[in-house]
Amino acid sequence: MAELTASQRHGASQPLLVRIQQSRGALGFLFMLPAAVLLLLFLAYPLGLGVWLGFTDEKIGRPGVFIGIENYAYLWSDSVFWLSVFNTLLYTVTASVLKFGLGLWLALILNERLPFKAFFRAIVLLPWVVPTVLSAIAFWWIYDAQFSILSWVLIKFGWIDSPINFLGDPTNARASVIAANVWRGIPFVAITLLAGLQTIPPSLYEAATLDGATAWQRFRFVTLPMLTPIIAIVMTFSVLFTFTDFQLIYVLTRGGPVNATHLMATLSFQRGISGGNLGEGAAIAVAMIPFLLAAILFSYFGLQRRRWQQGGAD
Amino acid sequence: MKLTRRDVIKTTAGLAAGAMLPALHGGRPAAAEDLALKPEEGASLRLLRWSPFVKGDEDQWLANTKKFTEATGVQVRVDKESWEDIRPKAAVAANVGSGPDIMFVWFDDPHQYPDKLLEVTDLADYLGQKYGGWYDGPRDYATRDGKFVGLPLTTIGNAIVYRESWVKEAGWSTFPTKTDDFLELCKALQKTGHPVGFTHGHGVGDGNNYAHWLLWSHGGKMVDESGKVTINSPETLKAIEYATQLYKTFIPGTEGWLDVNNNRAFLAGELSVIANGISAYYTAAHDPKLAEIAKDIRTTNLPIGPVGKSVELYQVSSAVIFKYTKFPNAAREYLRFMFEQPQMDTWITSSAGYCCQTLKSYASNPVWTADPNNAPYAKASETLRPNGYAGPLGYASAAVMADYVLVDMFAEAVTGQQSPQAAMERAEKRANRYYQV
Repeated sequence: MAELTASQRHGASQPLLVRIQQSRGALGFLFMLPAAVLLLLFLAYPLGLGVWLGFTDEKIGRPGVFIGIENYAYLWSDSVFWLSVFNTLLYTVTASVLKFGLGLWLALILNERLPFKAFFRAIVLLPWVVPTVLSAIAFWWIYDAQFSILSWVLIKFGWIDSPINFLGDPTNARASVIAANVWRGIPFVAITLLAGLQTIPPSLYEAATLDGATAWQRFRFVTLPMLTPIIAIVMTFSVLFTFTDFQLIYVLTRGGPVNATHLMATLSFQRGISGGNLGEGAAIAVAMIPFLLAAILFSYFGLQRRRWQQGGAD
Repeated sequence: MKLTRRDVIKTTAGLAAGAMLPALHGGRPAAAEDLALKPEEGASLRLLRWSPFVKGDEDQWLANTKKFTEATGVQVRVDKESWEDIRPKAAVAANVGSGPDIMFVWFDDPHQYPDKLLEVTDLADYLGQKYGGWYDGPRDYATRDGKFVGLPLTTIGNAIVYRESWVKEAGWSTFPTKTDDFLELCKALQKTGHPVGFTHGHGVGDGNNYAHWLLWSHGGKMVDESGKVTINSPETLKAIEYATQLYKTFIPGTEGWLDVNNNRAFLAGELSVIANGISAYYTAAHDPKLAEIAKDIRTTNLPIGPVGKSVELYQVSSAVIFKYTKFPNAAREYLRFMFEQPQMDTWITSSAGYCCQTLKSYASNPVWTADPNNAPYAKASETLRPNGYAGPLGYASAAVMADYVLVDMFAEAVTGQQSPQAAMERAEKRANRYYQV
């Protein structure tokens, strides 16, 4: 420490490079610079550009001019846009709840002493490993109006007379895309929660058992509180992934039938890229931000609960 | 690309051979040589095209390209993209000024960024004079203010594809040519257990073809000549009512169909009548397992509605050269070469009826008479009606199609989600959004 102050005292007479090397502030700035540049270039700039585009009438291949909130005003009165908001919320909430419930259940099962544990854990990961487009194409066949394997089996058993109209009927189509999303999303939730479960010290369970806690009580008062932080993270990510889902819808229905499965992301693409109306597409994408922000805040406050776990106030 | 001495010798030899060809074949007028441009030194080209549905199309195009490379030494890389991706890619290439030198684009694309495209009027005039002139529809897609900003490449026709035995079984010895009779036939086919199916979903080709036929055959139109939205009209209402009647005879699920669903169900024997390009028949004809079905397949043009004449959209593609290309002469020479008779004729033949000629003299191509099922596709370029009829082609007409305004209008109404009037008003509102610009 004495040496440092000595060199600082002589700082004025030293070369610039040495001074920078010895300055904590300058070094810190230098080390953070690459990350800051990356963030600014690849995250902040596109985001800013997207927000700006939402206020212009930019078309693909033609520069736009600032038009204020006209895009938003139009979207406000556009029933297709509101339908896509409804679809997105329905899709996100239903799929996330199902993914959480089934994922947690699966994690709890996999956490038990099972034969072939490693094998089962590997199997569970499969839906997550398969590229989304490939699994979406598989689902496209499963849901085909004429050749669905599900319809075929049910007809063989004599339970139904004609194939189920999976992707043609609005309600069926919504349920079908949600089911496909849940199938794909469960492994992420299950495996991450399993990792969380394994960090819970067995001694807690032993103590609870000695106190005469039932299986439900052990889950409710030991597992769940210990798992809360990881649940918050997993569910935030899961909600973000679901909210911004695109590939599944694009392959299965392209937003049909009659926009019943159009999510904000797919509508944004249809209007902005296929339709060439970049401004309106950007406005739809920007309209997703408040929802995503809400999900992130949820996670932030979820994580805050740690203090309570460590004995502080909630 | 680095040119070696060997390349130069090969190139000059190829050019000499190429120059001798017309003399050998006799027929080429002097103008051809006048127009033939010398590719720039060390030129190489990149072409981006849509993925072919008929294998012969791609094989022949590549074979012709190889001939061009052999004759000129200019390497041409041919990339392909799925149909829907062509539009945004072309727009981005035009916008940022980099990408493929030549691109096969759809419909009104050349009208969206005409100033980014190399004018090829002299080339188009030369080809037009030499080969009997361009058909109006494809020409309109590729010209802006009387100037060619691309070469009309092809029209991919759409026609009724049906099972003859089932239509006969339903009591019709010939396929009806009027929309009213057609509705009766569909009702009869439904009763005999062989329903029909037309795409009400977001199928880029099939969905749009069907929706435009419904609208136009009943006299409706999206906009008038000045670009004012006129979709909210008694004619449109009639079209919707007709579509609703027809829809009741469909196999379930058509509102969720994309482009391939109808082919698939038809070839599996689930459907008696669909509307499609020649690819549905082509697949059956080239698959030994489907030989029985292929024998029973017939094609014909879509029925004529109250307007009294055949009106259809079809898929039209133009070949455009971007202004940013470093090798404009090579690009023009490549297109000239590909449109000349030895190449264009073989390409049309190999496409087996999928790609219809845009130059009139190619109408005599033997492919149209080789199989009676090819015939309904022969006049696609001649009879098509441009997108966004009767208004101007451009950004708005393209965007209305990309946003499925018409497809959704019919789908909303036939499925009962909206009343015909409400569906029409919604379409009007959405179309106005684009046409107000």
